[in-house]
Amino acid sequence: MEGLGVFGQAVLVVFLGGVVGLFYRGLDRKIAARMQARVGPPLRQPFLDLGKLLVKETVIPKTAVAWLFSAAPFLALLASFTALLYLPLGPFGPVLEGHGDAILVLYLLAVPALAMALGGFASGSPLGVVGAQRELVMLMSYEFPLAVVLVAVAWRLSTFGLAPAFSLGTMAAHPLWASLGPLGVIGLAVLFVVLLVVTPAELAKIPFDIPEAETEIAGGLFAEYSGTYLALFYLADAVRTLVMAGLVVAIFVPYGIAGALGLSGAAAAAVDFFFWLFKVFFVMAAAVTTVRVGMARLKVDQIAQGFWLWGTAVALGGLLLLVLDKVVMG
Amino acid sequence: MGLSAFKRALWVFHVATGSCNGCDIEILAALTPRYDVERFGIRLVGTPRHADVLLVTGPVTRMMAERLRRIYEQTPDPKAVVVVGGCGSTSGVFYESYNVVGPVDRIIPVDVYVPGCPPRPEAIIDGVVKAVAKLEKLGAKV
Repeated sequence: MEGLGVFGQAVLVVFLGGVVGLFYRGLDRKIAARMQARVGPPLRQPFLDLGKLLVKETVIPKTAVAWLFSAAPFLALLASFTALLYLPLGPFGPVLEGHGDAILVLYLLAVPALAMALGGFASGSPLGVVGAQRELVMLMSYEFPLAVVLVAVAWRLSTFGLAPAFSLGTMAAHPLWASLGPLGVIGLAVLFVVLLVVTPAELAKIPFDIPEAETEIAGGLFAEYSGTYLALFYLADAVRTLVMAGLVVAIFVPYGIAGALGLSGAAAAAVDFFFWLFKVFFVMAAAVTTVRVGMARLKVDQIAQGFWLWGTAVALGGLLLLVLDKVVMG
Repeated sequence: MGLSAFKRALWVFHVATGSCNGCDIEILAALTPRYDVERFGIRLVGTPRHADVLLVTGPVTRMMAERLRRIYEQTPDPKAVVVVGGCGSTSGVFYESYNVVGPVDRIIPVDVYVPGCPPRPEAIIDGVVKAVAKLEKLGAKV
């Protein structure tokens, strides 16, 4: 990867990110189908869906704010791909390492949600507006626990004198598990669970799919989107899934297996990269697919209250345990 | 890519224009694990904007006629309409009823009729597939 230059690397990562994201969406649908004792769609189904959406007519409703309605899908897709460029990819560091930190990734993850909300508000449909309001409510509720997780990990890294602590590259290079006392390990595990619960909310998947909620508000945010714009949102969603799962892997399980297998050089990088892909898949299957098959949709107030009270309390508890660990261990 | 892209990725929107729910239940049956239309890439969507095929059930009541026309207009091209059940095809037992304005094809253009009261899920899947074939033939002509 080093020989390509930043631009070449970015193009490669964006292309692979799109392909892997869509392929993982296919796996997600296949596994969900198998869990329900169905055969399920073929693994290439997301590619077929995308291809079909691209040939469909793209309708811009007369009541919509046309420029905002058209800009939202591009904004969502661009932000998702940009977040991917800040993500450590297994043995390879982030493509844009040093150009932005974990706080930026946090904001980049919020941008697609905001873009979808803007699109919903601009669509001129009451269903779109309701969906957009729900998306914003959800964004405001899960953002704080998510921020607490990142801040807690970064703070503990900084107490070990590792800089820059707020970089995903640093977090991935120095997993905390081995260097903490028992209290700290418990705290870190709690934060891990919080991030796993935030993941489906970030992606608006069941049980947190209130902004789309096909059976009650007819697709919500996306109710008026069709054709190419819908395809862009579809792709952005697939890439975001990859980014969110990659974030979990980067912060909590950045381990490789090449060292244990006694490999080095290009072989080690290849093995670790595929192991990283597998870890991302595993996180997606555990935190998104299984949860979405096993649960029903929560109500708006349950989600807001759940994240504001319980999510925040548990995340702060994890942070407190990390602080206590620092006090005890010195 | 052209219209062949539709063959394996059909998104279906279900419109009930005054049906007795018999056909609607059969459409749901087609989605259940036993028939699992998702393996053919067929997916039920929540809004006509996402749809490729409209599944219309029931005779069209006076109140639903205008809504059905609007839903048809809201669906982006290229699209197909499949009428499921005897009522939608011919008005069935509601023929010449005072509040029924007629079978679906009097309101919007229909591509495929699936007769039956209610039709079996296999027949519904067959109807959707025939609609795709018709779309493709249309594409070949253009």
